[in-house]
Amino acid sequence: MELNELSIKLATFETEGVGFESFMIANPGEQDVLQVIVDGNDELPIFVTQTQEQLLCISYLFSEEEVKADLKDELNDTLLRLNVPIPLSAFAKVDNRYAIFGALSVSSSFDDITHELVTLADNAIEALEAITPYLND
Amino acid sequence: MSILKKLFTAVRGGAREAGEAIVDANGIRIFEQEIADAKNALQKAKRNLTEVMAKEMQTTRKISALNDSISEHEGYAGQALEKGNEALALEIAEKIGDFEREKAEHEEVLGGFSQHIVALKQQIKEAEKSIKENQRQLSMVKTTESVQQATMAVNSTLNTNSSAMTSARASLERIKQRQQDRQDQLGAAKALESETNGDGLKAKMAEAGIGGTDTNSADILARIKAKKGN
Repeated sequence: MELNELSIKLATFETEGVGFESFMIANPGEQDVLQVIVDGNDELPIFVTQTQEQLLCISYLFSEEEVKADLKDELNDTLLRLNVPIPLSAFAKVDNRYAIFGALSVSSSFDDITHELVTLADNAIEALEAITPYLND
Repeated sequence: MSILKKLFTAVRGGAREAGEAIVDANGIRIFEQEIADAKNALQKAKRNLTEVMAKEMQTTRKISALNDSISEHEGYAGQALEKGNEALALEIAEKIGDFEREKAEHEEVLGGFSQHIVALKQQIKEAEKSIKENQRQLSMVKTTESVQQATMAVNSTLNTNSSAMTSARASLERIKQRQQDRQDQLGAAKALESETNGDGLKAKMAEAGIGGTDTNSADILARIKAKKGN
């Protein structure tokens, strides 16, 4: 599914009790990125990018600088351990930012995509809540 | 060096500059060309394989036909000998010799075909494996590039946005506040609804023992009993 098409479909769609807002990020000639806000949570938007094989949904959680220096190793270790039990999403790092993401096959159905987005949004909030003790006050 | 190893080195410690390509565009084009070439070679090998397999079948058929002719003529030669016609038997034997020579030639060709088939099958397997491998690696490179480009786009959006990367703590608090607000709104809406329905007032009146009290079965029974008593 093209990101444009996805954006249009999301606008009028509601699932698992939540609605979506989405818009394409202006990035002429370069990689298309769709910004999706699930259930009005502007602070944790999901950025959707399509590559040849997969649809990547990424939500940025916090930057490296926000982590308490003495707890960084422990945090990294914990995040690695959480990757398997956390449903559909995994933790990652892009540049200096920690992120949570999900990767879907490009042939995924619209329902698969919305389920992924809702799950990712929930996971992002829950993860942030759980990780707060590791962050600077 | 495998692409994953390259990527591993490139991202280790975040040493790479943002926007710096891991494999330059030209490298990607060469990679794609290699995949396309391998696919062409695969197509050709498959076509060759079907041709050689057809030829192998033809040759096998010819050999079995020759085998039939040989045993047939051996029968004829036997019959000629039974009839004491040595000369004819000899002539037939020469014919059998021709068949056998022809058969030997075909068998040699057949051996060549069979070997060729084994080699082609091996080639096809290898080509398929290498195409798959190259595609997987290319996909890794391309994904990394896409994520990089996407990140740059995201960065510029976040930077122009007033809600730029504030601290995660603050974000979380705002989200939780919003969730609480929503909960409160929902609660308020419910309260308002029951108020407008008069449920609230009725409940208050009932509590004060005013208004239509609920008739319960005990009351009904008492009423019936009273009627009977009349």
